[in-house]
Amino acid sequence: MRLLLFDAILCLLLLTLALASILSRQLAHAVILYIAFGLMMALAWARLAAPDLALAEAAIGAGLTGALCFSALAHQQPQLKPDVLNWPKRLWPAVFVLLMLGGVLAALLQLPPSASQLIAVTQAGIGNSGVSHPVTAVLLNFRSWDTLLELVVLLLALLGARQVAPEVKPATSWPLSLGWSRLLAPMVILLAGYLLWAGASQPGGAFQAGALLAAGAVVLRLNQQLSWLSWSNFWIRLLIVSGVLVFVLMALLAILLTPGNTDVVWLRWPPHLAAGIILLVELFATLAIALTLTLLVAGEPASTGAEHGCGEGA
Amino acid sequence: MTDLSSQLLLYIGTAAGLFGIGLYGFIVGPQTLRRILALNIIGAGIFMLMVVLAYRGLAEEAALTLTDPVLHALILTGLVVAVSATAFALALLTRLNQAKSAQCKPDQLRHGQEPEQ
Repeated sequence: MRLLLFDAILCLLLLTLALASILSRQLAHAVILYIAFGLMMALAWARLAAPDLALAEAAIGAGLTGALCFSALAHQQPQLKPDVLNWPKRLWPAVFVLLMLGGVLAALLQLPPSASQLIAVTQAGIGNSGVSHPVTAVLLNFRSWDTLLELVVLLLALLGARQVAPEVKPATSWPLSLGWSRLLAPMVILLAGYLLWAGASQPGGAFQAGALLAAGAVVLRLNQQLSWLSWSNFWIRLLIVSGVLVFVLMALLAILLTPGNTDVVWLRWPPHLAAGIILLVELFATLAIALTLTLLVAGEPASTGAEHGCGEGA
Repeated sequence: MTDLSSQLLLYIGTAAGLFGIGLYGFIVGPQTLRRILALNIIGAGIFMLMVVLAYRGLAEEAALTLTDPVLHALILTGLVVAVSATAFALALLTRLNQAKSAQCKPDQLRHGQEPEQ
């Protein structure tokens, strides 16, 4: 009963924060409220027995998305007069949304309360998967197509964003923020390494570790550290592509190592090698995810050459 | 009408509510950045519904100690895809703003010159 009260307050808070973020007059307020919403969402997922998602959401949903929105805000011209919509323009969408909401709720309330069959299927196959944490087994063994294509999507997003990226405004940092970020860096690396290793048997894994590393790197980059971390660095480019590359190479290797080549299935690991393959793929996926997210959020470092003419004048 | 427990009902209602709030913001929100935020809120609602679907066995049967790992893996993939889509959308938005402000300056110059001619 007491937990139900906690759930009710959490749900109410989530709805209020989302509504406030949508209705707030100023964009900066909307972004701040969205970050708070993301943190509460992580709490809700911890309540719903999804610690993997809570870890990822706290780093990605709240942290990185918030940083992205703030950097987009910094590029926008400040709006002097907030747009005020008249009543019909607010009313008709509200009526439409309420009708949709009624339909969605009517459909959702007919859901059967029983658990899905997939739990039993996963449990049956987990012995041959090379890891003992079911979510990692699904991500990197049973449904590794998803993960491979996700890495491709991440790469495409970075390439796309690079095509349209504006030049970064050189910002300044203050000493306290710089000192804290330097203190934070080793802990972030340690925690990310732990999350990556723990992913085999506990909640954790490549995504959480990558997102955490990216968050740490973004904080350092916002303080003008890590100037070597840029797209123009060959090794960084290689590591970003290596997430997809190692995955594909491992898939080819797995096909070669399948005894007898009788039933060759793309992205199926041989059971005795699965643990090593998954660890290798996860390691490079972590580095690729971390670097890609960092470059997506922080962009290229404002180089000293730009100040002397070529980029600034145009 | 329904066999779901009150906790599940609460979270399903919240998921649907988040979807509705996001949809409203997406239709109404005058600025593009707010529309992108609203899309993220719609996504959060849908992810929450999937988490509840993965959780529902746990709430009903005490014997079951596992949630559905397939749905959790799908959401984890979805989270990363959502943040990359958001990053790309925001990069496009920033570029759009730059193009607009660059277009404004020549326009203002031209308007300034017209009365003299």
